[in-house]
Amino acid sequence: MSASFQKRGLAFYCLAAFFALFVAFLYGPMIIIFILSFQGEQGGLTFPMRGMSAHWFGDLFSSSRYGDLGGALRRSLMIGGAAMVVTTLVCLFAGLAFRRRFAGSGPLFYLAIVSLVIPGILLGLGVGQLFQIFGMRMHWFTSGLGSHLTWTLPFGLLIMFAVLNRFDSSWEEAARDAGATPWQTLIYVTIPILFPGLIAVALFGFTLSYDEMPRSLLTVGASNTLPIEIANMTSNVTTPALYAIGTVTSALSFVVIALAFGAIALTQRNRRRASK
Amino acid sequence: MSSPGEINIQNVTKNYGSVTAVNNVDLKIEGGSYCCMIGPSGCGKTTLLRMIAGHEEPTSGEISIGDRVMNHVRTGERGTALMFQNYALFPHLDLVDNVSFSLKIQKMPKAERRGRGREMLGRVQLLHLAERFPSELSGGQQQRVALARALITNPQVLLLDEPLSALDEFLRLHMRVELKRLQDELGITFVHVTHTQPEAIALADQVIVMDHGVVEQAASPRAIYDTPHSPYIARFMGGQNVIYGTVTDKSGSDVHVQGSEGGEFVLGGCDALEVGSEARFAVRRDKIQLQRGQHEGLNSVNGTISNVEYQGTFVKLAFERPEGQDFVVYLDDQTYFDDPIDVGDAASAHWDARVNYRLIGVKDSTGLAAGH
Repeated sequence: MSASFQKRGLAFYCLAAFFALFVAFLYGPMIIIFILSFQGEQGGLTFPMRGMSAHWFGDLFSSSRYGDLGGALRRSLMIGGAAMVVTTLVCLFAGLAFRRRFAGSGPLFYLAIVSLVIPGILLGLGVGQLFQIFGMRMHWFTSGLGSHLTWTLPFGLLIMFAVLNRFDSSWEEAARDAGATPWQTLIYVTIPILFPGLIAVALFGFTLSYDEMPRSLLTVGASNTLPIEIANMTSNVTTPALYAIGTVTSALSFVVIALAFGAIALTQRNRRRASK
Repeated sequence: MSSPGEINIQNVTKNYGSVTAVNNVDLKIEGGSYCCMIGPSGCGKTTLLRMIAGHEEPTSGEISIGDRVMNHVRTGERGTALMFQNYALFPHLDLVDNVSFSLKIQKMPKAERRGRGREMLGRVQLLHLAERFPSELSGGQQQRVALARALITNPQVLLLDEPLSALDEFLRLHMRVELKRLQDELGITFVHVTHTQPEAIALADQVIVMDHGVVEQAASPRAIYDTPHSPYIARFMGGQNVIYGTVTDKSGSDVHVQGSEGGEFVLGGCDALEVGSEARFAVRRDKIQLQRGQHEGLNSVNGTISNVEYQGTFVKLAFERPEGQDFVVYLDDQTYFDDPIDVGDAASAHWDARVNYRLIGVKDSTGLAAGH
């Protein structure tokens, strides 16, 4: 209790100022882009605002100046979705497997983690070479997705380890004791208990893939994903439409996060309702 | 034909790599009895319990329940139910679903299953919390839920892994009574692993004392406490002093023993012992008289009082001997307070020769070597 009556010292204000600066750096750019994306029709890339309009959002999808934005968005969503599904499934089972030591578990783990460290652009180059050697044509949904998985899988696996840290294997034994088969144990006990953690893994799987650029650059083949398309725009486009696409993609990310939290909340409520 | 809940363990060994957790155990647990397995941690009692439950498979040997050899029978089809030490209640299910989980596995329709679950919760007086989740319960309530979940399949054998260790002292004594009452009521076999001696003695029809993977003694609590097999049992169960010595003279079945740490004793029932051989015997702490000063004589030891602990109905005095191990005496509180002997006072302990009980077994670990 005595701490709460203590006078706040200089250190407190210094740290508070530092924290404020940190938050400003974290969200400042996003907020500025958000504001500028509503620039008036006559407005430019910088302040001041010349009126307010949603003009640039419309321009984004009606004008042909910006390339195939709609298609790029669709491809990014599809890769993100596929990466999410694969990451969640693989990380769930890999995480469960890594709870025990098995022959080669150590090397396998390090092998999986190493691809987090390798520069993405190099990895993309390697994937490209590999496809060429095997005489396969690169495509966003094959080589593109594959290179994304080198990023999302080890990441997801690390999250899964953290999730499983709090998982007590005696729950599974209790299920087994009640006569459950391994499959029933997985469906009725393991997955439901791990569910919030799996949502986190899925969320990371999606967002890491959705905005992945270095690994995409040399692997998507003929059609671009959204991050590449936006990067191209930064060098070609000189209108606030650039900010509009920034706002749209950020909003999409927030929607995905909201959906994830919604899914967790919904299952909790269903559990309660199921028990009524 | 053996009774349904009878457990036969024949030459069972369990190895983990090069470590032997259970070493060639032979054991019979009567159907419908309350059996307590006790020993220091790492002695193999939990491994044995888990093998009966089917969570571990014996490396060699045979386990049967009733007339059925269970070695390769799946957990859940053995007629056993295990209550876990930490209860292992499912955090994502309410109490009814927790309790009726095994019925869900058996694909019983939901309404019927939840009805049975509520009925079972009623039997452990938790019906009013039926829709709660395990995290909302106290430790004692969680334990009752775990008990209900284990019993809903009507098992022949209930296996309890240190069921009372997570509870505070008061609740532990209360639940101890509950367990005993429940076992009487159900008439099924209870196998209860514990590391608390009073718990084992209070509950069990049969106590199994283990050490380093072997069964050192399996007998009624009274036999374990009063007529221990070896110095290890005598020390582990407590309540006894252990004295070593050499036989110097023999007349009939009585022998004269020269204590290895001083003193002379008369030990009965020793037909098998010859002059010159080693003798081990136990002396009940509560059957010893204490006298001020030093006195020589048969069946007595001299020393100084090193510690006095008041225990309510009796007083525990530690007795330090010039050479050798401490000797412990339990004095009736009235006897002690009539003439309180203080720490540092010289005293002499003596007792009737009939109190000396010969220890046949040789094992003498303190029971702490394997863990703690």
